[in-house]
Amino acid sequence: MAFLEMSGLRKRFGSVEILKGIDITLDKGGFLVLVGPSGCGKSTLLNTIAGLETITAGEIRVDGQAINDLHPSKRDIAMVFQSYALYPNMTVAENIAFALEMRGVPKAERRLAVENVAKMLQIGHLLDRKPSQLSGGQRQRVAMGRALVRNPRIFLFDEPLSNLDAKLRVDMRTEIKRLHQTTGATIVYVTHDQIEAMTLATKIAVLKDGEVQQVGTPAEIYNRPANLFVADFMGNPAMNLLEASVVSEGGRTLLSLTRQGDDDIRLPVPASAAASGLDGRKVILGIRPEAITDRDGADRHAGTLEVVESVVEVVEPAGSDTFVVTHIAGKEVTARMRADTDAKAGSRLPFAFNLDKAVLFDPGTGRRI
Amino acid sequence: MSAAATTRTGGGSSLANRIVIYGLLLLFALVYLIPLFVMLVTSFKSMDEIQSGNMLALPQSPSFDAWARAWGETCVGLTCAGIKGYFWNSIKMVVPAVLISTILGSLNGYVLTKWRFRGHKLVFGLMLFACFIPFQAVLLPMATILGALGRFGADLESATGWNWGFGNPTVNLVIVHVIYGLGFTTLFFRNYYEAFPTELIRAAQVDGASFFQIFRRILLPNSAPIFVVTVIYQFTNIWNDFLFASAYAGSGDVMPMTVALNNVVNTSTGVVEYNVNMAAAIIAALPTLLVYVVAGRYFVRGLMAGAVKG
Amino acid sequence: MTITTMPTARPEREAGAVSLRGKLQDALPKIVLAPSFAAVLVFVYGFILWTIYLSFTNSKTFPSYVLTDSRAYQRLWTWTFQSDPPSSWYTSITNLGIFGVLYIGVCLALGLLLAILLDQKIRGEGVLRPIYLYPMALSFIVTGVAWKWFLDPGLGLERTLHEWGFTSFHFDWIKNKDRVIYTVVIAGVWQASGFVMAMFLAGLRGIDGEILKAAQIDGATPVATYRRIVIPMLRPIFLSAFIVLAHMAIKSYDLVVALTSGGPGGSAWLPSNFMYEYTFKRNEMAVGSASAVIMLMTITAIIVPYLYSELRETNR
Repeated sequence: MAFLEMSGLRKRFGSVEILKGIDITLDKGGFLVLVGPSGCGKSTLLNTIAGLETITAGEIRVDGQAINDLHPSKRDIAMVFQSYALYPNMTVAENIAFALEMRGVPKAERRLAVENVAKMLQIGHLLDRKPSQLSGGQRQRVAMGRALVRNPRIFLFDEPLSNLDAKLRVDMRTEIKRLHQTTGATIVYVTHDQIEAMTLATKIAVLKDGEVQQVGTPAEIYNRPANLFVADFMGNPAMNLLEASVVSEGGRTLLSLTRQGDDDIRLPVPASAAASGLDGRKVILGIRPEAITDRDGADRHAGTLEVVESVVEVVEPAGSDTFVVTHIAGKEVTARMRADTDAKAGSRLPFAFNLDKAVLFDPGTGRRI
Repeated sequence: MSAAATTRTGGGSSLANRIVIYGLLLLFALVYLIPLFVMLVTSFKSMDEIQSGNMLALPQSPSFDAWARAWGETCVGLTCAGIKGYFWNSIKMVVPAVLISTILGSLNGYVLTKWRFRGHKLVFGLMLFACFIPFQAVLLPMATILGALGRFGADLESATGWNWGFGNPTVNLVIVHVIYGLGFTTLFFRNYYEAFPTELIRAAQVDGASFFQIFRRILLPNSAPIFVVTVIYQFTNIWNDFLFASAYAGSGDVMPMTVALNNVVNTSTGVVEYNVNMAAAIIAALPTLLVYVVAGRYFVRGLMAGAVKG
Repeated sequence: MTITTMPTARPEREAGAVSLRGKLQDALPKIVLAPSFAAVLVFVYGFILWTIYLSFTNSKTFPSYVLTDSRAYQRLWTWTFQSDPPSSWYTSITNLGIFGVLYIGVCLALGLLLAILLDQKIRGEGVLRPIYLYPMALSFIVTGVAWKWFLDPGLGLERTLHEWGFTSFHFDWIKNKDRVIYTVVIAGVWQASGFVMAMFLAGLRGIDGEILKAAQIDGATPVATYRRIVIPMLRPIFLSAFIVLAHMAIKSYDLVVALTSGGPGGSAWLPSNFMYEYTFKRNEMAVGSASAVIMLMTITAIIVPYLYSELRETNR
């Protein structure tokens, strides 16, 4: 039995259904990231776990015990909020100790607990300050300290890094990861940032319009997206999604992709797709930019590598790599080439397609084949 | 950000412009100040000097006579003991009315923003509209109810020896001002708490704080500005009220300051002592003027909060 | 590194038990709000209904609860057109018309003018602004007393100007039954225009400076900038100020009493004075109630659409 179980969760506000039957489980010590575009219901889902919002149907269980009807303070969860929600009238120490105070923990014990947490987060020197005197990163640490001091069964994080600048965000991400590893805490974490999801999670749930699109490890989500939405949402630059038709030629089943003013492209069917019964169908080929390279940059262990020449439209150097855009099947296709590629806009260049890393989707249902 | 940036016209007209602008502003300042100035100088003059001299002239031999007479001797109706008793009547009425209506308003605002329920908007709308009704529309029923309370108080007094405050005009005015001030205080706090981050409330909930603990530990310590605004607004409004005061405590020694002042000034008997009238008027205005001078910023904010945004 | 353990911090779990205490906790917010809301329901809305009821009775000195008919309204209706000699009601409503239009109009114009003048990076703004605004802190009674004295022909402005040599100056409006309402306008404007100025000034300060820079670059003169860009952008302030002033005008009562004692023969009455006099002095409670109902309906017609749109805007 999993530690945290959500089954059949539904939430409606008036006539609007925000959550449409959510089923997710998480083992003890796991790090679940809820990710999706804004309005997908991920924050609502987190709030229902916290008990800050009631659910219309379904059940939330922690350690086998239903907690649906418990007041937030009785659920033994701690939460880190997007705005940090530090009480402006209290010092850092008072902020961290507040939850313990509300539970009647004696003063001496509270002080000890605050000191321990402060040491762990390296905020000992800030304990007497007011939140308004702290930088964004320091507030973030205090907010985490406030959660940690409780030693709750589950930690909830609601987009905790979204108010930090880019550099600090990366630092704090590492910090959170380290905390998870050292404390073994069970964490549910909401973000709209798919990189945060990939780096932190042991389990990702992708949500859209109140429905779970896919639950899995970061690798599963990235390499085997369940549908077109997940494929498009996870990864930056986004996965190339190209219309193709399946044709039979010379006994082989191939993908055919059209090109404006150029020959059609023929590519082998990726091994990930069940090749049978596809003949004559339209499919969507999903292939990540890093699976389209210059010839020399291609993965040497790739089983099915196919080189296609195409006209370069835009070249975007990004320092470590250069992204090259070309046009196939009526869409822009982004390839990830070496930084020192000699690609120029308007020139014709060989693009190496690594079909090992490609997936096929059904254009009708959007599901992966 | 100021519109002033656009008004910089080039060259020589600039100086002329500035002179016109400052001239107009000073002229208006003069117009606004004159009535107060005239009141002040008149209050320090003798009646002879008032009858013979110029209204705007400074007093030849300033004297506090009129002030002393206004405070301790002038006649209000048939009693000639000055306005001091009425001044205290007002204080005794204003302080509890302001405190009670403000505290209730803050609780209402807290519930209406952070503990919303189905229909919270309708509740707020109904309370808000109550701010705007002409009080003439409730004057009579309230008089009837207060009359009934008075009779009940009299019965109580004959039974227990004390009326328990029932029928006491000061208590009556406190009740009336609390009830008809609730709309304003609720509006102020509701708008202030609307902007108060809800995440703080949620964090406190997760931390295990109860409804009142959240209010006392999280909201109250961060509400000082709106308390000042509300207290000032209510204080000014209730101190300056005349309609309720004249309807429910319009005679005898229970009158609040405004009614007493009107009686002093509009008395039809005896010689009109203008210097005493002016001194009495300034005394009546002093508390609110003082508040304005000390906390003008909050005073203006209160006025605006009452005017802009529901 | 191990996490601090706080065994005492772990709450006891009452599995699924929705206790009475819990229910009480859930209802607490409503319980807290209920007394206030009930008070408003009874003492505002209940009393309004009560007043409406009274207006359909033949109440004289004391309330009577025998419904008669709409006689009180019929009398008001007849009086509405009785202009020669004017009925008290005719005087009251025409006065309200004059007072309302001038009071609102002049306050808006003067308030806007002062706000624009003050917004020209004025040295000493901090001194001037409170001077314009202080009358708002005074009660109508004090305002009335001050202006009564100032406008008194025998002692005030008229005599002062005579002494200065302007012997032909004549200003006795406060004693003139056709002019007395204008003195109420003067005192009212003096009291409220500073407040309107403060509202407009806040509005001006809230305008994005970049818009004004853009106008400057587009070649707009200062006058054109104000006329075409700034003043149109102050539209919401005009609306708010109008609402505040309109409802103050309709409720005005004290100022007339203190400044004019009702004016010669009740010539300065506003409907609120009419209501008070008929109810408490002339023992025509039904007529008084009917006039109060008409005042209420007038304010409702102005306020309700405004509040409705305001509350809709903050919809979330």
